[in-house]
Amino acid sequence: MKLTRTGGLVAVALTGTLALAACGSDGGTTDNGSSTGNANISCASGSLKASGSSAQKNAIAEWVNAYQAACPDATIDYQANGSGAGVTDFINKQTAFAGSDSALKEEEQPKADARCASGPAINIPMVGGSINVVYNVEGVDKLILDAPTLAGIFDSTITKWNDPKIAALNAGVTLPDTSIAQFHRSDESGTTDNFTKYLIAKEVWDFEGGKAWEAKGGQGAKGSDGVANAVKSTPNSIGYVELSFAEDAGLSSAWIDNGNGPIEATSANAATTIASATVDGTGNNLPLKIDRAGTTGYPIVLVTYEITCEKGLSGSDLELTKSFLTYTASNDGQAALTDIGYVPITGDLLTKVQTAVSSIS
Amino acid sequence: MSTTVEPPGSAAPDAPAAIKGAAVRRGDRVFLGLSRGAGVLILVIMAAIAAFLVWKAVPSLQANTANFFTTSEWTPDADPAYFGIAALAFGTLMTAVIAMVLAVPVGIGIALFIAHYANRRLGSALGFITDLLAAVPSIIFGMWGLEFLMPQMQGFLQWLTTYFGWIPLFQNDLGIWTRSIMIAGTVLAIMVLPTVSAISREVFVQVPREHIEAALALGATRWEMVRMAIFPFAKPGMISASMLGLGRALGETIAVALILSANYVINWQITEPGGNTFAANIALRWNEAGPIGLSALVASGLVLFVITLAVNMAARLIIARRAEFSGANG
Amino acid sequence: MSEQTPVSPADERAESDRLLHDALAGGKLPRWAAAGAGTAALVLALVLNVVTFVDGIAGTLVVAALLFAVIQSAWSFAVEGRRHAVDRLATTLIYTTFLVALAPLVAVLLTVIIRGMKALSMDFLLTSMRGVSPREEGGGVYHALVGTIEQVGIAALIGVPLGIMTAIYLVEYAAQARSRRLARAVSFFVDVMTGVPSVVVGLFIYTSVILTLGMERSGFAASLALTILMIPVVVRSTEEMLRIVPRDLREASYALGIPKWRTILKVVLPTALSGIITGAMLAIARVAGETAPLLLTTFMSQSINFNPFQGPQAALPLFIWDQFNSGTTASQDRAWAGALVLITLVMLLYLTAKIIARYTGVKK
Repeated sequence: MKLTRTGGLVAVALTGTLALAACGSDGGTTDNGSSTGNANISCASGSLKASGSSAQKNAIAEWVNAYQAACPDATIDYQANGSGAGVTDFINKQTAFAGSDSALKEEEQPKADARCASGPAINIPMVGGSINVVYNVEGVDKLILDAPTLAGIFDSTITKWNDPKIAALNAGVTLPDTSIAQFHRSDESGTTDNFTKYLIAKEVWDFEGGKAWEAKGGQGAKGSDGVANAVKSTPNSIGYVELSFAEDAGLSSAWIDNGNGPIEATSANAATTIASATVDGTGNNLPLKIDRAGTTGYPIVLVTYEITCEKGLSGSDLELTKSFLTYTASNDGQAALTDIGYVPITGDLLTKVQTAVSSIS
Repeated sequence: MSTTVEPPGSAAPDAPAAIKGAAVRRGDRVFLGLSRGAGVLILVIMAAIAAFLVWKAVPSLQANTANFFTTSEWTPDADPAYFGIAALAFGTLMTAVIAMVLAVPVGIGIALFIAHYANRRLGSALGFITDLLAAVPSIIFGMWGLEFLMPQMQGFLQWLTTYFGWIPLFQNDLGIWTRSIMIAGTVLAIMVLPTVSAISREVFVQVPREHIEAALALGATRWEMVRMAIFPFAKPGMISASMLGLGRALGETIAVALILSANYVINWQITEPGGNTFAANIALRWNEAGPIGLSALVASGLVLFVITLAVNMAARLIIARRAEFSGANG
Repeated sequence: MSEQTPVSPADERAESDRLLHDALAGGKLPRWAAAGAGTAALVLALVLNVVTFVDGIAGTLVVAALLFAVIQSAWSFAVEGRRHAVDRLATTLIYTTFLVALAPLVAVLLTVIIRGMKALSMDFLLTSMRGVSPREEGGGVYHALVGTIEQVGIAALIGVPLGIMTAIYLVEYAAQARSRRLARAVSFFVDVMTGVPSVVVGLFIYTSVILTLGMERSGFAASLALTILMIPVVVRSTEEMLRIVPRDLREASYALGIPKWRTILKVVLPTALSGIITGAMLAIARVAGETAPLLLTTFMSQSINFNPFQGPQAALPLFIWDQFNSGTTASQDRAWAGALVLITLVMLLYLTAKIIARYTGVKK
């Protein structure tokens, strides 16, 4: 008796599962509006895994959508679990390439090379970003800051909005006599790393730099969306987030005076800085040295890399990685970035990137 | 609830020797082997967990240039590695203490209500409801805490700062009352409530009828009956119920990771944003960790493992002593 | 039994005399006392709401409750004396906990339903996130649903038999002299295992199976972590069920000359079966919503993958985590809809288990 009753239950559960299995489908593959120039993609098929930087998550998502729309036989999964985990995954052969906020470190390079049976692991810059200094001060539509004032605000030596140092840069703007609510990232992030790299390059920051926030004072918020929300909901506040988050939250971004007059924080101005970067590697390995202190473009930028094997990937991993990265490095692929709040790689640097991708074998 | 108090001394009878013939023996031996193997496997798994955590924690502990227990900084991937668990231990204990302060009286109250105040039907309905609360996944509690509870608590927390700000604990210099240890502790309290109440309830219903009736017959009020007949009998059970709840609060991960604005300082002002716990720190930092960073997280996981192990063992020992005691008694 | 009562016989007599006197001679509040005090408290709270800092519905109700406790206790203290005042106060507090238990559950369910209904549709259940970027609306949870069913299913396939066998060992064989010490150790560590934090289990699988043995992150790795979380729950519930199978049944079977292992398989297990199934379902419900171990052991995917042993595979809790942290309006709506699906799944399992337990349990 009991057996038949429970048997019946199991049967119902099984039928339910099977019914579900029969009629589900991968959605959205046909109606992808944002994919441009699908015809230019030379498809490979199979399944590819990559992981790493969350800074490039949305860029990769956009590219993957466009790529899969053109190549229905391919499945690419990018897990945005962070640069550190991405590199670890790559070294442990969990993935075919890693997305990372920084090029491979010295101690990581030999391990990564060892993972690639027959060739070195290379860093390919692929996605650029602009780090905007967002603020929420009523009545101030255009705020100009420079490196010393930024450093002052973020290490809490400048505490009032109408501080003479800020006022000197913003003649004619009425700044309120209120204290500055300063927000920084509470989690470790490439955004913090690159933001402080700029301040360090200008020699106004007394800390070592890195992914974790070091200065005392101010308030931490988790993730770029956390900082954006905090700034949005706190009057007289300031924080730093990637361009796309500034756009999504509808926040004003400060202009940065890098010595040649104030520069607006736009994708195009950031692209100028990235294009002027010099390559700090040999052959097709392209770690970049960005001249943040001397650029004529918007200086607070970040570049994220794809780390993969120049030689030594195998089978479908090789074909898919090459095919996918060829698309992302193409003019179409890079052009798609501006719309979603990233910064494209342009000029000679893009040519080098394309050469590096084509060398993958 | 999953955890229960075993009824004492009810081992099944063994088969008499008469039917242990040769043909039978093989079947029995195989079956005994299988079931003993399953039991041994559990011991192996527990040993393996401990062994792996220790093994993987060693590299970072060797590389560490700070005091692992007293430092409240976390930069294991820097050169030289510098990290310690002080801030984690503080946040973990603080959230757990808040959870316990809120959940233990309420949980015991619920258990009393079900066992001795409500009529049978209402009691079993409420028992069912608290069990349902236990079934809500922790990620949902986290999202709910952020989306619903946090805005609801703003007014109360501000009130607390306004009128009790002179207590350092409730002082708030930032003027922001979100994503704090206080809120995380409250969510944890709700999450451990079912554990505390279910186990207390089981002990309460085991109180011998005669004790209760004797107390009432003497003219005791219901509360006096509870204090004189129920609490003395159920005290070990209540303590271990609380400790099992504490064990759960210490190890809870995702809800805390979602709610806290994780930073790495010891801040006694618990209504301000910030704080961190062992478990949340692992879930959040695992992402950006390099090899030593991962090993450092494993080391912190090992500490958490040892703490929860100790708490749970203590709870079990207390409950086991009581079982022997009442077993001998009747 | 008398050793449990904390008073000596002499004190006891004095105490009981006093109690008797109080009970017979003391004053008593009228039957409408509670209602009266309640009304007074509510009115007073409303007045306070208008004239002082007390505001909001929740705040007013809390103040009203406090006032009720104070008014009733004071009144009772005046008429009935200290003992009854304390009793009434305790009763009020205990009834309050009933509401306190109810409030969060109702609030959680309502929040999940209201926020979840926005993005929930048949399409949401039957499509994956493939080709849907975080800012766009649309997409669904199908790939995650498949992943969760498979991962939890595999965990159950391994964990339930293991748990049942362990419980059999603990109940049926622990009496044998040779097994006693081992059984005691196993029993103790099963208890301890219940308390191991899920993130630590995830870390264990990640460092052992994935980093050391070099297996790829997959649905199966997640299953292993879930298995470890499931085992102690299954062992405990099965053990409890086996213990209430009557002795006579086993002895009757032995009397017929049936060997022990066949007795267990054919007599003991079938008798306890529905209880064991209930326990297993509760264990499944418990692990289905686990997020932390999955973060460390699986490789998140946006596409459907039916093979848990190879390639990336999503799961419901991961889907929720991923969408919630993407931070756009569309993705948060999806996260809540995912939460609604998950909570429905868990509650269904839970209710089914309770119904089975209620209607088919072992008859004592």
